[in-house]
Amino acid sequence: MAEHVGAAALRGTAAAPPVARGLATLPRSRSGLFGVAIVVAVVLCASLPQIIAPYAPGLPDFPVAVQPPSAAHPFGTDQLGRDQLSRIVYAARVSLFVGVVAVLAAGAIGCALGLASGYFGGWIDAVVMRLADVQLSFPFLLLALTLNAVIGSGLRNVIVSLVLAGWPMYARVVRGEILTLVRREYVQAAVATGARSRQVIWRHVLPNVAGSIVVTSVSQISQVMVAEATISFLGFGVQLPTPSWGSMVGEQRDYVTMAWWLTTFPGAALAFTVLGVNLTGDWLRDALDPRRRR
Amino acid sequence: MSRYLVGRAYQALAAIFLALTAAFFLVRINGDPVLPFVPLGNQFGNAGFARHQLGLDRPLWKQYALFLGGAVRADFGSSFRYRAPALPLVLAHVPATAELAAASLLLVAGLWMPLGILSAARRGSPIDTAATVLTVLGEATPAFWLGLMLIEIFAVWLHWVPASGYGHGAELILPMLTLTAFYGAQMARITRSSVLEALGQDYVRAARAKGVGEAVLLRHHVLRNAAIPIVTVFGLSAGQLLGGAVVTETIFSWPGVGQFIVLALRGRDLPVVIVGVFLMATTYVVVNFLVDAAYAWLNPQVRYG
Repeated sequence: MAEHVGAAALRGTAAAPPVARGLATLPRSRSGLFGVAIVVAVVLCASLPQIIAPYAPGLPDFPVAVQPPSAAHPFGTDQLGRDQLSRIVYAARVSLFVGVVAVLAAGAIGCALGLASGYFGGWIDAVVMRLADVQLSFPFLLLALTLNAVIGSGLRNVIVSLVLAGWPMYARVVRGEILTLVRREYVQAAVATGARSRQVIWRHVLPNVAGSIVVTSVSQISQVMVAEATISFLGFGVQLPTPSWGSMVGEQRDYVTMAWWLTTFPGAALAFTVLGVNLTGDWLRDALDPRRRR
Repeated sequence: MSRYLVGRAYQALAAIFLALTAAFFLVRINGDPVLPFVPLGNQFGNAGFARHQLGLDRPLWKQYALFLGGAVRADFGSSFRYRAPALPLVLAHVPATAELAAASLLLVAGLWMPLGILSAARRGSPIDTAATVLTVLGEATPAFWLGLMLIEIFAVWLHWVPASGYGHGAELILPMLTLTAFYGAQMARITRSSVLEALGQDYVRAARAKGVGEAVLLRHHVLRNAAIPIVTVFGLSAGQLLGGAVVTETIFSWPGVGQFIVLALRGRDLPVVIVGVFLMATTYVVVNFLVDAAYAWLNPQVRYG
């Protein structure tokens, strides 16, 4: 499948599937290229921090504590003399890991519930949608903070709370799409010829919802990353010594008046990453939706 | 119209009841709220005694019934920390939240919305490009970091405004800017895209063809039709802001509901946490109801559909 799509995109022929034609628009989209480049850079940092980071992230070096940016330490050093740049590079792991895992889990749960809700309707629909309404009426962040207070903090519980807060978005998107899809002729025809529900869902419904799921996921990833950072910033999330961009800013907040680099760089890394993910998402949304392509 | 609104009102009431129920169970999700929420060695002695004192050793359905019974009398128990009824304590923080929310919404509606309209009307111009860049940056910048950066620049370096605290003048500026970066950017983006969409419709082309001027065209034909998504986003932002801006209030020590809940979570003040969570959800539901009422007024299809 991957080779097929790639080859078709390279040829750029009219016979290429619509998805491949959409993805082939990347070189022409300046903001899309910029976004994808940032995402690739962050993924590289997260997967190969040993190579990219100049120092070990947890290594204290007291003689050089709280030094402003210099050639040896481009982003300065913290109160223990640890190299900021190295810690930021390693922190990409936590942010990206939380973002991807929480979005995958929330996506799986939300899609399954949205699918059942839209396809079968009836009481399943009523229950799932009411649950989603309640969930959405709780502010995302407050829900996550309270859950972390109740079930304890730490990486795993941050992910659990983000999944709980994130699934209704998928359920709504998928349900909405399916409500219009099941009225289409080819779905009706499949049902009329006696295809089983599972067959109809896998062969005719899901492939048509995939685009929306991908677009939703990309926007969810940046939201989840900001949420994780915010929870950690407030001190409810990822605990020492695992560096996370949010907890770095939170811990070093008290130095804001004397050492600007301690709060500026980790936050900038997060903002930059979110920018990259958002731009990638914008481009993907246009690329995967033929109606929006110009 | 009224029938539609009555139906929506019932739904809103049901949502508030569900929010109440969810708040009750949320704090019990680990089975025992005493461990995360009761400050031991304080007024309760050991955990067992605390459980008994607070009625947490009773069957769950009994606790739930008592909780609901109290809720209809606006009694959510007393704060552990302040030893006073929790609801009035939280409500006392509403004015500060409302003030910040109103100021921010004013800026969103008065500055970012027109920017979106201008950006769509002058599509492809330098204004449009600048507005788009601003929008993308605003949506990507996390509030907690933006707040700290603003403090660093405008309070620590330039000494233009105080770094934090409550007040009606200069103190309001930085928290307001922090909040509007995201909500404003969202507004500008939605306004731009819905105005652009309305501009592409046949009735706009027809109006242009018969010689309607651009200003009149925008006012009469475009904005009214682009209003629905704009009202939606504005309503969602209002619901979130009025519920309390957790992060921004915490950073700027703004004595609103959001900051109070974070303090209650840190101080393990169970009744205050429940009231706070419930109040935020209720605000959101009520504002959403008002948005739906606005839809019905704006769009006859909703009213009669």
